[in-house]
Amino acid sequence: MSLPFIIIAFVTLLAAAAAMSLRNLVHCALSLVVALAGLAGLYLQLDAQFVGFAQILVYIGAVAILIVFAVLLTRSDAVPNQTVLAPGWSVGIIVSAVVFAMLGWATLNSPGLARDMPSIPRATVKDIGDHLMTRFLLPLEVIGLLLTAALIGAVIIAMKEEPRSNSSGSRGNEAASFRKTEPPHVGPHEAAKGGRS
Amino acid sequence: MTPLQGCLLVSSLLFAIGLAGAVTRRNAILALVGIELMLNAANLNFIAFWRYGPNPEALSGLMVVIFSIAIAAAEAAVGLALIIAIYRHYKTANLDEIKDLKG
Repeated sequence: MSLPFIIIAFVTLLAAAAAMSLRNLVHCALSLVVALAGLAGLYLQLDAQFVGFAQILVYIGAVAILIVFAVLLTRSDAVPNQTVLAPGWSVGIIVSAVVFAMLGWATLNSPGLARDMPSIPRATVKDIGDHLMTRFLLPLEVIGLLLTAALIGAVIIAMKEEPRSNSSGSRGNEAASFRKTEPPHVGPHEAAKGGRS
Repeated sequence: MTPLQGCLLVSSLLFAIGLAGAVTRRNAILALVGIELMLNAANLNFIAFWRYGPNPEALSGLMVVIFSIAIAAAEAAVGLALIIAIYRHYKTANLDEIKDLKG
């Protein structure tokens, strides 16, 4: 493990912890940007240049901006007065600590993971393009369809709800009032008889 | 410790941080951010196994990460749209106050 890897990993983990623990949501979003940039640096350290720059473009350029917009649109940028943690938060902390302990134990005790590293793989943009156009063509098309559907769906979900038209609303009210004023003159026995015949 | 084990430890710690945040925070946006962090931890795992695993010329791990980033973008867009719709209805983004199925 090289020294740059350790430094970038430390900064990434620190920023992720800050993003999850700060009180002000705008500060959380900015810490998330630092954590995502650190992850892009880790990808560059691991010789995955294309994925590193795609991470910067997609996550920092799009997802972080979306999150900032959501923070401002839901007006949760003010620091809340009461606690920011849900009730029963200690259980969540314990569960995540157990998950980390189990994953770390499995990582450190697996004999297959302790081999020496092979040579640096070659992954140019041309190789990635060739694979995307030959072996991974069908997943690429499916992803395009998914992105289109998600775009349309997000716009439709976030669209302002139309106020109900008068005719349908009054009809609903009439039906409700009719149901309320209907006298319960049919006894249970008669109803059962009618159902049987 | 080999570099692969270092990467896996970093990603499992990132996953634990994201899980703790998604479970314990009250704000819906922070829960979504925790989910994004967990997704990124899985991506780091894929990249590490592609880099240090056998047969890296097939580019399988790299491709999975590229598709996963695209899916994460779609998921963030739809999730934040849902949060904005819920905020418009309930006037709050606090997960503890959103408990009615029929609004």
